[in-house]
Amino acid sequence: MSANPRVENPSFDAAAARRRCLRYRKRILDVSQRVGALHIAPAFSCLEMTDVIYHALLRPQLDVFLMSKGHGCMSQYVILEDLGIMPTEEIERYCTPQGILGAHPDRGNPGIEASTGSLGHGLGMGVGMAHAEKLKETGARIHVVLSDGELQEGSTWEAAQMAANLALDNLILFVDLNDFGGLERISEAHPAVFPVLAKLDAFGWEAVEVNGHDAAAVYGAVAGRRGRRPFALVGRTVKGRGVAFMEHVPIWHYRSPNKEEYAVALRDLTEISS
Amino acid sequence: MRNTFADTFYEAAKTDPRLCVVVADISPAGSMEKFRREFPRRFVNTGVAEQIMIGMCAGMAMRGLRPFAYTIATFALFRPYEFIRDDLCYQDLPVTVVGVGGGVTYSTLGGTHHAMEDVALASALPNMRVIAPCDPEEAKAATLWCIGQEEGPVYLRLGKAGEPVITGKASQPFEFGKVRMIRDGRDALILGYGPTLKMGVDAAMALEAKGVSVAVASVHTLKPLDRAGIAALLARFSKVVVLEEMVPQGGLSDAVKGIAWEWGARCKLECMSLKHEFIHVYGSHGDLLAAHGIAPQRLADLVQR
Repeated sequence: MSANPRVENPSFDAAAARRRCLRYRKRILDVSQRVGALHIAPAFSCLEMTDVIYHALLRPQLDVFLMSKGHGCMSQYVILEDLGIMPTEEIERYCTPQGILGAHPDRGNPGIEASTGSLGHGLGMGVGMAHAEKLKETGARIHVVLSDGELQEGSTWEAAQMAANLALDNLILFVDLNDFGGLERISEAHPAVFPVLAKLDAFGWEAVEVNGHDAAAVYGAVAGRRGRRPFALVGRTVKGRGVAFMEHVPIWHYRSPNKEEYAVALRDLTEISS
Repeated sequence: MRNTFADTFYEAAKTDPRLCVVVADISPAGSMEKFRREFPRRFVNTGVAEQIMIGMCAGMAMRGLRPFAYTIATFALFRPYEFIRDDLCYQDLPVTVVGVGGGVTYSTLGGTHHAMEDVALASALPNMRVIAPCDPEEAKAATLWCIGQEEGPVYLRLGKAGEPVITGKASQPFEFGKVRMIRDGRDALILGYGPTLKMGVDAAMALEAKGVSVAVASVHTLKPLDRAGIAALLARFSKVVVLEEMVPQGGLSDAVKGIAWEWGARCKLECMSLKHEFIHVYGSHGDLLAAHGIAPQRLADLVQR
């Protein structure tokens, strides 16, 4: 277990990441006004980590990103839109019969590598992908964003064991530790889920914990990993981060804001420094 | 059968570096030893962990490999069922799930090791194909088909080791998706799949001595089922018996009844399958089948009834 080795990287533009994430949050709120439900809060909690993956870590045509917490996919959709990979009209047609996008990612859609939504599947597929890239000797890295709820799935720990057994140093895991399941606070209802960092360490991973909304810290921890074992970035996050009335409130796991709430949310939004 | 699978796979793997095996810590995987020695990194043992066995296969297939998941049928299919559904079938990935010991093959190990419902469960999944060869020769052909296909997931149901060859005189070769006559006859037809079909061949031989000419056909591909081929056989024979080592629901028995109705078949139709019960009997494979009502004499009686 390393103690938060903050590696300063002059090439990572934290201010630009903050500006992007503000834009992404606004975009997600916009989309929320056209549908009844959209998993805003889970997308907001993993937004900075997903942003770092797409804008600073993924090497095009080589590396892979897999959203294991499928319900966080709005964060992925708006970033893919920003990158010109996801057509804007598909974001506009989100969750309608005319479109291709639903509330969980589907393999084959632009920029989407795996169909997730059922929890506890992504890390296992990531382990298979990482092993395949090792066999093919491509040097490709696999990035996986996992919810803390998925730490309750036994399959996640089967995958964590195998990643270490196979010494998959090309596997990078981001745990979105927002401390909320769909129903309640995990640390209260299921305190034995914690400590997460020590568990990953005991399972043979190199694990580092940082503030998951501090893009520079997230990037620095990943860039500074020793890289001999599978690596886990445990990001302490806030479910609904960015909109005060949504933060730590379980109902925003799934609900879309009404018109008034939307107006308040837009007013609330500011750049998140850390 | 499992040795044939292992040898066939090993030979193909020498020229196709995409072929990999992911096993979940079972001793029958010992038959894969030659492959493992030669290609140690293409053989993964996940330990007693079947969800990651399937999840890894999915990930490997998504990155261009052709993995085979391999363990006892109950653990290959039942334990990681939702992973097979979501990771393999929903994403339509070219992964073969090999279940060894289909049916009640593991006759002394108890109900936890009996794959009595596997064909029904595998067949229920969209995109999944289901193959259950009846002898080592057919297992070889089926394995080669699985190795060569790129389209999507397959459940390959195997028996154990040491099954006799019963397709040696078959006039038709194995063809995926086609019912295959392995012994022709005039008076009646036994339709079945898997190693239990040996009982059908034995019954046909015994009845031949009494002047009754019984044909036996292997329905090795249970999904997609050769509905037209089966309908043609129902039209040709006045008596048809379905023999299957599976629960009565969701397998060949139900399917043949459906085909008979749809095509207006006039033949008499009997079905012999496992009971829809967990039976606490231990003994030989034959003992278990007999406890479920699958026995040579009863089969012969049904054919003649």
